[in-house]
Amino acid sequence: MKKDIIIAGVGGQGIVSIAAVIGYATVEAGLFLKQSEVHGMSQRGGEVYSHFRLSDKEIASDLIPQGKADLIISVEPMEALRYLPMLNSDGWLITNTTPFINIPNYPDVNKILDEIKKYPRNISVDADKIAKNLKSPKSANIVILGCASPYVGLEYDKLENAIRLMFKRKGDNVVNVNLEALKAGREYKN
Amino acid sequence: MNKTLLLGDEAIAQGALDSGISGVYAYPGTPSTEIMEYVQRTKDGKEGKVHCTWSANEKTAMEAALGMSYTGKRALVCMKHVGLNVAADPFMCSAITGANGGLIIASADDPSMHSSQNEQDSRFYGKFAMVPVLEPSNQQESYDMMHYGYDLSEKYQVPVLLRITTRLAHSRSSVNTIEPKEQKPVYTPEDSIQYVLLPSNARKRYKKLLGIQNSLEEESENSIYNKYFEGKDKSLGIIVSGIAYNYFIENFDYGDIPYPFIKVSQYPLPKKMIEKLCDECKEILVIEEGYPLIEESLSGLLRRGIKVRGRFDGSIPRDGELNPNIVAKSLGIEVQQTIPISDTIVGRPPSLCDGCPHSDTFRAINEAMSGYSKGRNFSDIGCYTLGALPPYQSINSCVDMGASITMAKGAADAGLLPSISVIGDSTFTHSGITGLLDAVNDKSPITVFILDNYTTAMTGGQFSPANGRIEEICKGIGVEEEHIKIIEPLKKNHRENVLIIKEEVAYNGVSVIIPRRECVVTLTQKSKEKKKAK
Ligand SMILES: Cc1ncc(C[n+]2csc(CCOP(=O)(O)OP(=O)(O)O)c2C)c(N)n1
Ligand code: SF4
Repeated sequence: MKKDIIIAGVGGQGIVSIAAVIGYATVEAGLFLKQSEVHGMSQRGGEVYSHFRLSDKEIASDLIPQGKADLIISVEPMEALRYLPMLNSDGWLITNTTPFINIPNYPDVNKILDEIKKYPRNISVDADKIAKNLKSPKSANIVILGCASPYVGLEYDKLENAIRLMFKRKGDNVVNVNLEALKAGREYKN
Repeated sequence: MNKTLLLGDEAIAQGALDSGISGVYAYPGTPSTEIMEYVQRTKDGKEGKVHCTWSANEKTAMEAALGMSYTGKRALVCMKHVGLNVAADPFMCSAITGANGGLIIASADDPSMHSSQNEQDSRFYGKFAMVPVLEPSNQQESYDMMHYGYDLSEKYQVPVLLRITTRLAHSRSSVNTIEPKEQKPVYTPEDSIQYVLLPSNARKRYKKLLGIQNSLEEESENSIYNKYFEGKDKSLGIIVSGIAYNYFIENFDYGDIPYPFIKVSQYPLPKKMIEKLCDECKEILVIEEGYPLIEESLSGLLRRGIKVRGRFDGSIPRDGELNPNIVAKSLGIEVQQTIPISDTIVGRPPSLCDGCPHSDTFRAINEAMSGYSKGRNFSDIGCYTLGALPPYQSINSCVDMGASITMAKGAADAGLLPSISVIGDSTFTHSGITGLLDAVNDKSPITVFILDNYTTAMTGGQFSPANGRIEEICKGIGVEEEHIKIIEPLKKNHRENVLIIKEEVAYNGVSVIIPRRECVVTLTQKSKEKKKAK
């Protein structure tokens, strides 16, 4: 078993937490992992991504080879599209539909969403809206993770445990709302 | 034995701690920053059992670490690659003095310049100084090599350079750690003039350094980190170093590799191993992250010996970082055809945060300077370098830390009047003070903006050594008090700030303007922490 996942977004959008939840769950499952992240200049509102590789065998490269990713999890639609060339021929693309517009020349969002929808294996979700309905706007990334959960190669309860572990310090409320966010994402249908 | 998930940087830090270091010295710089930050979060770090506060720059860090090594204790210095330029003087000379307690210099290179001005390869410094270089390929080796490196450093009384690159620094994997060693007791050098580099002694010390070169090569030959792998297909022999090894292995799906190859992670190069490869194979391919250092030593100036492929002949691009695909191509392995990138996508360059104090400063500077022709603003390195991009397009240079003040001075000397400079608080204490002193002594007609956001923001908000004393420092080196102005960069103060700037720019001497307001990121962090504490 091996899953190569690209997690994408914009600096400050919290893709680190998505990687951390998958990370905890991977460790609990006793699998190998390599996760490369972006620090530095790009974190100032630039494009950021993480290469997350998990496997039952030792992993060599810290970077996923082009055309070998099984899954893209993106918290931003244009960023999702940016990494499409990384996907393998039956990879999945899971993305938020709410754009993060911090540049003057951001393309027409509908055009982006159309292009994403042309890709057959996609889940496009307005995670911001779902998170707001749950009264936890910060959990949008966990909603997206929920959508991606059938494809990450880890059991759902392992992801739940990881969320419990990660948010424990912030209190039961935060834990529960993030578990709900994960569930809402899991149950979402295009 | 413990298993922990660690970044490459963190593995270095943990390895150093477990090797019994007494201190880490560093100035922040991507991708090396997390080494120090990790130590600062540990119990020993917090309790002060291991020194772990930031230094003013890489040179002071290197010298302090050398001082610690002098006492017989183990020390670590960390920096990004260009930091080693700043620390080059003590670094080069430390190879001559030698080390007493183990001394490791960790230098993190940034090929492809994700967050840097150049992509220089630190291994050249190791070769230049004639000290051993370790180049781990993964997180576990990063950890293990600290133990190994300190022993090596003490065995030969020589500093050791540890070179990593961005991907390893910022990639996480699980690492097995071992029981930590005790810190070393104080024992000053047996030879009381070992560290006195008077010519007479320096010559002796240099001969000593030359004298251990064969042994260092022997160490490389027998090192567990350099390994010869046999292969049946002798049409090609391959040398892979550091992280390139991972990309190489990836391309064979962990299956058999048909070619003989050498994994290199310790320098000086294992000459005999390489000789064997060259004798056995028709052609050599060198895959290394960074400059073609191994390739160049093999091919020589005239390229008359065995055919060597790599970055020089275009088998691998001449610049930029490696990845599995680039390595695949160099091996003639077909790369997966994928969906082409959509042309709807645009780049998303980094930008100043909303509410950043620098943005108000640039607006004020732009307006105050609007009466002069463009091209007069010499800047420096930090978040404010983003002032080069729209909508500000305010600055005209960013070269190396501290170069803003001195370049403005040179331009003013040449007659470009007015010339102004923009430098951050942390960059000012790193290398701006001496340049300002030059300007004061020459009464250069420049206006220097020292942007005081109370932190080293670009690298994540570390302690800034000026610590609120910038005006005192300026006064101390002789800037006239009436030409030191503190302004608060806020929209509501815009008009007043523009007037102050205009006035100082018109002054025929050194003026310092200190736009002072906290970085919004550290401000938010602090208020969050306060909330938590409640
Ligand atoms: C010699 C060297 N060391 C370190 C760095 C990395 N670096 C770039 S900018 C910067 C800090 C800038 O801080 P400051 O001048 O206070 O500006 P701010 O980012 O806070 O606006 C650092 C550490 C570098 N580029 N060169
Ligand atoms: S991190 Fe601070 S200094 Fe840097 S752009 Fe953001 S607000 Fe400005």
